[in-house]
Amino acid sequence: MKSKTVICRCEDVTLEEIEELMEKGYTSMDEIKRITRCGMGQCQGRTCRTLLLAELAKAVKTHPAEIKITTFRPPAKNIKMSVILGGIDNEQNG
Amino acid sequence: MNRTAEIVIIGGGISGLATAYNLAAMGMKDVVVLEKSYLMSGSTGRCGAGVRQQWGTEMNCLLAKASCEIFENLNEILDYEGDIEFKQGGYLLMAVTEKEVEQFKKNVALQNSLGIKSVLLSPEEALEIVPDLNIEGILACAFHHKDGHANPFHTMIAYAEAAKRLGVKIYTYTEVTGIMVEGGRIRGVKTNRGDIFTGRVLIAAGAWSREVGAMAGVDIPVRPERHQILVTEPVNHRLGPMIMSFAGNIYCQQEPGGEFIMGYGPAEHETYSITSSWDFLEVMCRKAVRFLPYLRNIRIVRQWSGLYEISPDAQPILGRVEQVEGLYVATGFSGHGFMFGPITGVLMAQCILGLPTTIPIDKLDLARFERGELIFEPSVV
Repeated sequence: MKSKTVICRCEDVTLEEIEELMEKGYTSMDEIKRITRCGMGQCQGRTCRTLLLAELAKAVKTHPAEIKITTFRPPAKNIKMSVILGGIDNEQNG
Repeated sequence: MNRTAEIVIIGGGISGLATAYNLAAMGMKDVVVLEKSYLMSGSTGRCGAGVRQQWGTEMNCLLAKASCEIFENLNEILDYEGDIEFKQGGYLLMAVTEKEVEQFKKNVALQNSLGIKSVLLSPEEALEIVPDLNIEGILACAFHHKDGHANPFHTMIAYAEAAKRLGVKIYTYTEVTGIMVEGGRIRGVKTNRGDIFTGRVLIAAGAWSREVGAMAGVDIPVRPERHQILVTEPVNHRLGPMIMSFAGNIYCQQEPGGEFIMGYGPAEHETYSITSSWDFLEVMCRKAVRFLPYLRNIRIVRQWSGLYEISPDAQPILGRVEQVEGLYVATGFSGHGFMFGPITGVLMAQCILGLPTTIPIDKLDLARFERGELIFEPSVV
């Protein structure tokens, strides 16, 4: 069996899938995120965002700082609707 | 980059890409699509993904039905190696006022006369479709089993890849800075990466269409409006259809992956801002839990926003622009550009090639605002 390197654990995205997309010309983090869902899972890219950034930088031969990173979206971590609806009474539940 | 083109399409969203694909499939050469940012950066890539046929005017019903039929076969039509994830779980529309009940009756009668097999349901009957629905305050429902939702990202990539295989050039990060018009005719397009000479331009720039239209001296009366949306963690499947209330101002659906996606349309000032706000989260939670109490225990993962381009009558603006020869427009969808995208592509390609359109679109032309012939659609959020 061919070995696979998992980049995004929440959405089960492999390096091989990302490389395939880069070969097709999708070389922005935003595009790869939307096509593969890399970084769109429950942890919101805590691990894979930097991995994807590093792989992209390598592929397009640039410094990671030169690559436009995907937007960090709220909320900062997963939060139950009941906590938002309960307001201050539920502060401990987050 | 191409220096000449048969047509330049401004806007790499669903309308632009679907038109580009259809033009190429009908034999047009040198089709160029310009997108100012990355593919999926605009309104299509931020939308709620719903596809419905339950409309209140004959024209919208016909357009939506034809679009839905294309969605059903889109993976095959575009020979897509992925999946556009079209899920036909239906749309359950919930009436919470007497006025809405009356409108639903009229809508269902109209839809049935056009071959859309929607039904009017009592709240108790709706429970058979959504067993967890809190029917308190719901007076009646309308349901159509063929409505549903698709993955906007994959739908766009499917069109983009199919278009590219037919020779269409898609330039991302290419922003239009001017439109060259001479003697009332389109001559070309100026971009941040150089000029392209062409006799035809299609403006499919969504919320930015007014700005782009002004470059050709044409007023396209659409205004940008921010709409917010959120997605939850994935959980087991509990919700078949998209649920929606016009008066209650909410839509909510469960993705094939198990995530719930929901939004509502707040009254907002004209803005190009696509930031997220805290108050949205609070109001959204209250609205969602009202209809589906079990959502209380589900976690929100992410929120984002995108722009509707609202036209004066909340209807699309499609077709030739009379003042400038060679100029066409496909915009003004007012929040429904994705679901109408596939049929927009077909009709705009026919219109641009001078062929008769399979569904008449003359009533949707830009000049209707000057003529004062606005279209009234009763069923929009």
